[in-house]
Amino acid sequence: MTLVSEEVYEKKILDKVIDRLVDGVAKVIDKFKPGWSVKNRSKIDEWKLMFYAFNRSPPGLIGAALILGFIAIGIFGPYFAPYSYRLFLFIEHEETYLVPPGSTIVSKGETFYFPLGTDKYGRDLLSLILYGARVSLVVSMIVIALGVPLGIVLGLVAGYFGGKIDEIIMRITDTFLAFPALILAIAFAAVLPERLRPMIIYNEQLKTLLSIFFAADPRDAANFAPILSVILAIIIVWWPGYTRIIRGSVLSVRENLYVEAARALGVSTWKILTKHILPNVISPVLVLITLDVGAVILVEAGLSFLGLGAQDPMIDWGKIVFDGAQYFPDRWWLVLFPGLATFLAVLGWNLVGDTLRDVLDPKTRRSIEFKVKKKKLAATSEDGGASQ
Amino acid sequence: MTIFPTKKVIEVKDLHVHFYTYAGVVKAISGVSFEIYEGETFCLVGETGCGKSVTSRALTRLIESPGRIVKGRIIFYRDSGPVDIMTLSEEELREIRGREIAYIFQDPTAALDPLYTVGYQIAETMVAHRTADWREAFRKAINILKSVIMPDPERRVKNYPHELSGGMRQRVVIGVSLSNRPKLLIADEPTTNLDVTIQAQILDLLRKLKKNEQMTLLLITHNMGVVAEMCTRVAVMYAGKIVELGPVIDVFKDPRHPYTRGLLRAVPNPLGKVERLESIPGTVPNLIYPPPGCRFHPRCPYMMEVCKSKEPPMVDLGEGRKVACWLYVK
Amino acid sequence: MSETLIKVVNLKKYFPIRGIFFTKARVKAVDGVTFDIRRGETLGLVGESGCGKTTTGRLILRLLKPTAGHVYFEGKDVFKLKGEELKKFRKSAQIILQDPYTSLNPRMTVFEIINEALEVHKMKISDKEEFIVNWLRKVGLEKHHLYRYPHEFSGGQRQRIAIVRALVINPKFVILDEPTSALDVSVQAQILNMLKDFQREMSLTYLFISHDLGIVKYMSTRIAVMYLGKIVELAPADELFEKPQHPYSQMLLASIPIPDPEYALKKPKVRVYGEPPSPINPPPGCRFHPRCEHVMEICSKEEPPFIEVERDHYVACWLYAKR
Repeated sequence: MTLVSEEVYEKKILDKVIDRLVDGVAKVIDKFKPGWSVKNRSKIDEWKLMFYAFNRSPPGLIGAALILGFIAIGIFGPYFAPYSYRLFLFIEHEETYLVPPGSTIVSKGETFYFPLGTDKYGRDLLSLILYGARVSLVVSMIVIALGVPLGIVLGLVAGYFGGKIDEIIMRITDTFLAFPALILAIAFAAVLPERLRPMIIYNEQLKTLLSIFFAADPRDAANFAPILSVILAIIIVWWPGYTRIIRGSVLSVRENLYVEAARALGVSTWKILTKHILPNVISPVLVLITLDVGAVILVEAGLSFLGLGAQDPMIDWGKIVFDGAQYFPDRWWLVLFPGLATFLAVLGWNLVGDTLRDVLDPKTRRSIEFKVKKKKLAATSEDGGASQ
Repeated sequence: MTIFPTKKVIEVKDLHVHFYTYAGVVKAISGVSFEIYEGETFCLVGETGCGKSVTSRALTRLIESPGRIVKGRIIFYRDSGPVDIMTLSEEELREIRGREIAYIFQDPTAALDPLYTVGYQIAETMVAHRTADWREAFRKAINILKSVIMPDPERRVKNYPHELSGGMRQRVVIGVSLSNRPKLLIADEPTTNLDVTIQAQILDLLRKLKKNEQMTLLLITHNMGVVAEMCTRVAVMYAGKIVELGPVIDVFKDPRHPYTRGLLRAVPNPLGKVERLESIPGTVPNLIYPPPGCRFHPRCPYMMEVCKSKEPPMVDLGEGRKVACWLYVK
Repeated sequence: MSETLIKVVNLKKYFPIRGIFFTKARVKAVDGVTFDIRRGETLGLVGESGCGKTTTGRLILRLLKPTAGHVYFEGKDVFKLKGEELKKFRKSAQIILQDPYTSLNPRMTVFEIINEALEVHKMKISDKEEFIVNWLRKVGLEKHHLYRYPHEFSGGQRQRIAIVRALVINPKFVILDEPTSALDVSVQAQILNMLKDFQREMSLTYLFISHDLGIVKYMSTRIAVMYLGKIVELAPADELFEKPQHPYSQMLLASIPIPDPEYALKKPKVRVYGEPPSPINPPPGCRFHPRCEHVMEICSKEEPPFIEVERDHYVACWLYAKR
């Protein structure tokens, strides 16, 4: 039932920011496709409502702040790092060995300030965490970018076509699902890095690409071989989750009569999959992706902590903790700060994921819609009927 | 055929039920009054969302949150004297529910527990109301299945619900509700999910049981055919109100309220030759913001000025007929 | 007699019930039906749930692969169509589905839903927006509904959108699969009348599938009665209601509650009993014989032939067949 109403909203400041943002985007699209915003009025309103709903969830907002911070640090952090990750100060300045947070060291006429302390090589911990953020961000994005589409495509195909195709895909999925990430990563770590290393060394483009991705010195590119093998291991155990969830949703969505109506119209299978089925199964995937980014960060850090990830001088959060663990608890900062960074990043993604789950549910959106609108609804039920 | 019985079984006075949803207060029932006499079949008929089902549930206060009975009296005439259902404790209500007032709901599958045999479920109601012990109840269960004309009752009593067809399940549900010989049986769309030949059999069964057990039946349905075949008196509901009430033959022969007229003409009679169905324009109103005045006025072909602002009173037309319409106010 | 548009010959559809390794059993949803649909008529297909009426409709539109049999549309075998010819068939034969709540994609606006039909068949329309708005007006919707999503509409309004989607490409034949079973009676009448008007205006041929005999009679020229995957009787609508020949048709007609309380008192009593058996293991011979009052020895042994007892009136029953 639709309500014809005075669209008076009780808006928060954030809602108004969102309005500006969404309207701005709509205007830009309007420039390229005239009339777009008129045609998509309902869609734009729906988007705004989703954001309004998000704005009404304090955990969601905290999570959003955390992941925005994480992404910003991941992208720009390395450029703002006070020292390079490969600056082993301790070689020349012995005083910088394992310095506690907040120390100012004056050595050989130079003054160094370490807000979070240093590691055993005299490297600045803050800089290491900033570089490590980039590694976490890139690894999680690569895993999601490669694993999710693979999972989605296989899930769509299995669910829509069913029968033998479904059977084959799902048994393969089960096989991969049964594989523990850890064991696979250990197995890969034994073989892959040694094969990948020469590949990186003799391939200038790959070298440049990796150094840009991880904000690293090209000379260290070969040291990313273990991280690549970790990425590969994670992807291999990651996609089956998506295949499962998509297949399940497809099985229920394809029973909807609009799929049948589209077939009767002669719509091609490709279009049915992309226009009628995919948009209706994607919401749970979006939630899963957000939750999974956190999970991937955690797994990567975990594998790195076990020594399977980055190799010296490269670092990531897991590696910093691994290196620092031997000095714990005396030199607590080596474990606390990278651990805290990992914790906050993962927490952020989880909070956002949980909030998204609510926001993407049309029912919550409706309830927000009514909360947002002032209760001055002019009360008539809309009537398009009366054809006679 | 039309009997004018005198002894009341239940009397509803000015019942109001509201549902407090996130979208606003849904005024599901606003000022419904009627009485049901002993031995009759009383019908509540109307379209989806008119409040017929809510009314039937309100009779034993089976309204769950966010719904609430905000106003009204429901007087149930027990053997020991009349009681107001609204003032009874939950404990006393349980005594009445299932024993004196029994329900049959639309979906027989949901009404039966898939984990227990049908015999157990019939016996359970008897034991719960202390009308029999387990051993006796199981023995009676077979008789009850016989009385609802279940084929092969000795074997069926040991079956689980999923082993039965939809029609047989509905027979079991009827059996469960009859196990304590209720004074009033409330059947809420008992045949809506069933095929037409099964529906005919279930309706036939209800008719037979009513005759044998001298039960009073409140039948809720949207099917005008079922009303015509089953009922003594009928109340037509629209948007949470009763718009017309009277003996079924009179109401069908000479409907007074424009909505009843529209409804009867919108149903094709398979026996007659209909060139064109008449339809009621528009759709059922939103009950959060019901139209002011008569709730039917936006769709009514006889709409007058007064209908837009003032609610029509219930006009007594004599011979047990009542109609809520300004056309009949002198 | 008018020209035949669709000819269905011995159509069968068995659905396998899969075990772990092999097919355990087969549900004989449609088991050898033969009939034709004439240009401009409405053929009603009635029967109880599980009798195969919906499956028959899906088979005619080639939304399912048949186990056996043929469907000829304007003389061409539908199941052998390929490429352009198949596309042409899809444009000529459409379906309006039962449940308007799931028959519209919730992620598409009304414009997108209807435009999809136009795009698939590459209809050349200069101003699509105006064209679609004109269609919406025909079914009682307005211009401001154009860019709305399905959830913003009531059931009746959604069904109108589904009607536009099916008719906008100008088909010749439309299957109406219980188009009003999810709607209230007052809205049902609006939709049925609208469908009748479109039939006249666009000279459409309908296959009207329903379990509600009152509506079927109102809509149809001829009616086919299905029972457990087979057609047991096929006759002009009025004749079927006046003189039902097959015992099942008689039982079905006697079961309909008639909205006339006076008639209800003097209604002739036909014994209605039993329930349709499972289509996995249908009874041998005539499938209705376990519920039939006139059952004879031969009924359980041999399938009755489908014979013409009167002009245009076909029955599959041993009572009328000569052996």
